Amino acid sequence: MSLSGLLWQLFAIVLALALAPLLTGWVNQCRAWLQNRSAPPLLQPYYMLHKLFLKDVVLAHGASPLFRFAPFAVFGCMLLACAIIPTLSTDLPFAPTADTIALVGVFGLARIFISLAAMDIGTAFGTLGGRREMLVGFLAEPALLMVIFTMAMIAQSTSVATIVETLAHREFVIYPSLAFAGIAFTFVSFAENARVPVDNPATHLELTMIHEAMILEYSGRHLALIEWAASLKLYAYSCLGLALFFPWGIAEGDSFLGLLISIPVLVAKLAIGGVLLAFIESINAKVRIFRAPEFLGTAFLFAVLGLLVRLLLENRV
Amino acid sequence: MTDVPLATQLINLFAAVILLLAFAMLAQRRVLTLINLFALQGLTLCLSTLVVAFTTSQAHLYWSAGLTLLLKAMLLPWILHRLVRRLEVKWDVEPLIKVPTTMLVGIVLVIISFNVALPISQLSSTISRGTLGIALASVMLAFLMMITRSKAIPQVVGFLAMENGLFLAATSATYGMPMVVELGIALDVLVGVIILGVFFFQIRDQFDSLDIRHLEKLKER
Amino acid sequence: MDLFVLLLAIPLVGGVLLAVAGERAWAPNLNVIASAGTFVASALLTAEIVAGGPRMALGEMFFIDSMNVFFVTLTAFVGMTTSIFSGPYMRNEREHGRLTAPRLRLYKSMSQLFMFTMLAALTTNNLGILWVAMEAATLTTVLLVSLYRTPASLEAAWKYFILCGVGIAQALFGTILLYFAAERVLGETGNALLWTYLVDVKGSLDPTIMALAFIFLLVGYGTKVGLVPLHNWLPDAHAEGPTPVSAVLSGLLLNVALYAILRVKVLADGAIHSSFAGNLMMGFGLLTLVVAAFFLSRQKDIKRMFAYSSIEHMGLITFAFGMGGAVANFAGLLHMTMHSLTKSAIFFAVGHAAQKTGTQLMEDIRGLIKINPVIGWGLMLGTLAILGMPPFGVFASEFMILTHAMKHHPWATPILLLALGVAFAAIFGKVQPMVFGETQAKRLPHAPAIMPVFVHLAIVLMLGLWIPPYLTRWFHEAARMLG
Repeated sequence: MSLSGLLWQLFAIVLALALAPLLTGWVNQCRAWLQNRSAPPLLQPYYMLHKLFLKDVVLAHGASPLFRFAPFAVFGCMLLACAIIPTLSTDLPFAPTADTIALVGVFGLARIFISLAAMDIGTAFGTLGGRREMLVGFLAEPALLMVIFTMAMIAQSTSVATIVETLAHREFVIYPSLAFAGIAFTFVSFAENARVPVDNPATHLELTMIHEAMILEYSGRHLALIEWAASLKLYAYSCLGLALFFPWGIAEGDSFLGLLISIPVLVAKLAIGGVLLAFIESINAKVRIFRAPEFLGTAFLFAVLGLLVRLLLENRV
Repeated sequence: MTDVPLATQLINLFAAVILLLAFAMLAQRRVLTLINLFALQGLTLCLSTLVVAFTTSQAHLYWSAGLTLLLKAMLLPWILHRLVRRLEVKWDVEPLIKVPTTMLVGIVLVIISFNVALPISQLSSTISRGTLGIALASVMLAFLMMITRSKAIPQVVGFLAMENGLFLAATSATYGMPMVVELGIALDVLVGVIILGVFFFQIRDQFDSLDIRHLEKLKER
Repeated sequence: MDLFVLLLAIPLVGGVLLAVAGERAWAPNLNVIASAGTFVASALLTAEIVAGGPRMALGEMFFIDSMNVFFVTLTAFVGMTTSIFSGPYMRNEREHGRLTAPRLRLYKSMSQLFMFTMLAALTTNNLGILWVAMEAATLTTVLLVSLYRTPASLEAAWKYFILCGVGIAQALFGTILLYFAAERVLGETGNALLWTYLVDVKGSLDPTIMALAFIFLLVGYGTKVGLVPLHNWLPDAHAEGPTPVSAVLSGLLLNVALYAILRVKVLADGAIHSSFAGNLMMGFGLLTLVVAAFFLSRQKDIKRMFAYSSIEHMGLITFAFGMGGAVANFAGLLHMTMHSLTKSAIFFAVGHAAQKTGTQLMEDIRGLIKINPVIGWGLMLGTLAILGMPPFGVFASEFMILTHAMKHHPWATPILLLALGVAFAAIFGKVQPMVFGETQAKRLPHAPAIMPVFVHLAIVLMLGLWIPPYLTRWFHEAARMLG
């Protein structure tokens, strides 16, 4: 664990913290452009975070310590996830801990905390949001794990770093299983990040909310942390997707030049990803909640298909 | 990982697309989209056969691919579209069991087919032998589509999709059946669809609807 | 001209002609003439084969040997008698308003084409063409089953098409597997699907693939034979279609489908070197026999009851072929012939009875002996024949099957006896009041075309008492070839 490695690791964490709200702002801008509206400023999420941090926290009477602790837990989980996903390089100090299954567990932990917090106060909408979140998560996690299994079979390891390295070095081969896994991953990330077609992040109608309903009771710095955590989650999923499916550009060792190049490459890839996300959100409508299992079932299907195709066509056992 | 030749990659890709289309047809609710998916499956089948023909230089496979294109990607969908228009079919297809359950059953069938096909594909010496499992899987999925639909036209499309899967099986395990047999099969399929078309009009005249549930009244008397 | 080409050309040309000109006055006669011509050609062909031994036709596409030539003649014969029967019968239906002229035209042309496809299936050497012909046979009869356009007949035709279609798709997969196994031995020439070549190399075909192929082919073609649990289409299709169609479906199509299974069984036995194929057939046969016998007793419609009887007999025949060996195969072949003739005779009589009384429900038909003694006796004798009473031929074959089973597979004998007993009680119990019961209806003057019934029954009776030597020789030869 060299000093430069440690510094680069810290820099990656800081970069995540800084870029995540920017990514959210960028997606909002693209959406507004595509929908022919005038867009909010690009740095709007920063202004909002700043405003929220300065405000007072208003707590309900029946709020338990869990309610106060949950935003920190969620924020911590998301930050950890962003730290271990190889955004800049595969060889940073946290890389050995970057196991994909552990990553799924970290996301699951965050989900548990926020759902519990949503039900903590006892309001109807909070419970509604918590239950829906658990439903979506319950269905999305198997799909995500299937995707991971497919990638792990290709790379013979579940460590994200190894997967990235194996895929980056492969010569260009058409892998249908990767295509299926990629589609499944996209579906899952849409569901997990509360995007159309599963959940509209800009909705004001409580009965249609999933993610927003859980945080109705939060205010002040708690709300700021949760919003930041949501941005971090989007950032984490995007970086994970880029690392698994478009790994070119991520530095392999800790050479200074490689790491330096990887920053603009990452920013560029995230920008393109943001445009695609906004595009897909704009051409789809939010599905009714009882169709969400169908959506996620399709994701699971793609993931399993990818796994089966991998087993049958590409890895003659 | 050994280097995989480009032809095998393409064939695998097309086979995966065919499987994907089979699942898409299984989950599809709209009749017109169903027919278009079937046409797309025929097109993919034709492309796959062309790749095999090109790599192994078997002349009769070119004819086979051409026949597939003509029949399955153009003629049959056209006949089905005409039928849909003249029968004024407007409804969306409601499956008999819910779509997610159907998908899960489909996945189980795919796993079973892969297992059944594994010993056979190990014995085969063709370039495309890995796709036998996928072919059997798409036959099974088409069969599932037939039994979970309650309207006539999706059942027919399922029947035709089954034939697509069988064609893929023939071209993947052996380099296609002899030409005379393939022509015979194509003729059978065409005549079958025509007869079905006539039959649909009879059903519609009698029942004013193409819901198959009307045709389930004959019980053991 | 090659007799064989004539054999296939007559029904084909007849079918096309009738499709074009089927509503003319001379159309029914053309139907009969075409069928008679087919029969004459087949009889001459049989004589040729008996004298000269098996031969190919049209290059190597068709192969006529001892096993299929008599089926060809049987098919042509029953086809001829059916067309003789159907002339006045269909005319009667038309007068009663149940059928129109265009539909009759469809019926006549489709029955000729159906004959063509069946003959092609019986004589082809190419297993792929066999599949094509079997599917074509289904296609030609789908519209015939729904000829009356009643809801029940539409449902029957739909079930027929879909279930047989699914079954035949399985058979196609089996054929593909067979081709795959054959290609490994015979190479990629077009010969890999030709039966004559396959039977020479059957010992070296891969056993696993052949076992799998046989399973798919048994399930696929077995759907068309009516083996349980794939039989659901059969009672409906045979009961709702017009009587001539029921007669040919019951009497002929089931035989052709079973013939296809037998051809493949020879190959499978040679490749697998165990009695896997035979055991499978025995199992299916027994299941079919038992299930059909029990369903028989619940039927209220006479045609459905006899359709289940067809299923039952097919089960018995499948069981016999599953046992294998010279005696059982001989019995099976004999039973196939007897069943064809008897079942079609019964359907003729039943058709007339239903036409006279206007209903197909057995409770409503009484006292046929008084209404029209010819029909009454025809039905009674036909029923006795199909139930296996001596001296009819069915008794001889059933007896042979039972004794062979007792000797080699004693565990199956009680099941066989039970099923046959249940069927006997059920059918006899239902037919007896129909024929001899009390009725108030007047005697009908209309003279039916009942000759075919008695011709068939006479043949069955004769074969029960004495089988001509050339026929015995043919049965022995075919039985030996089946292994």
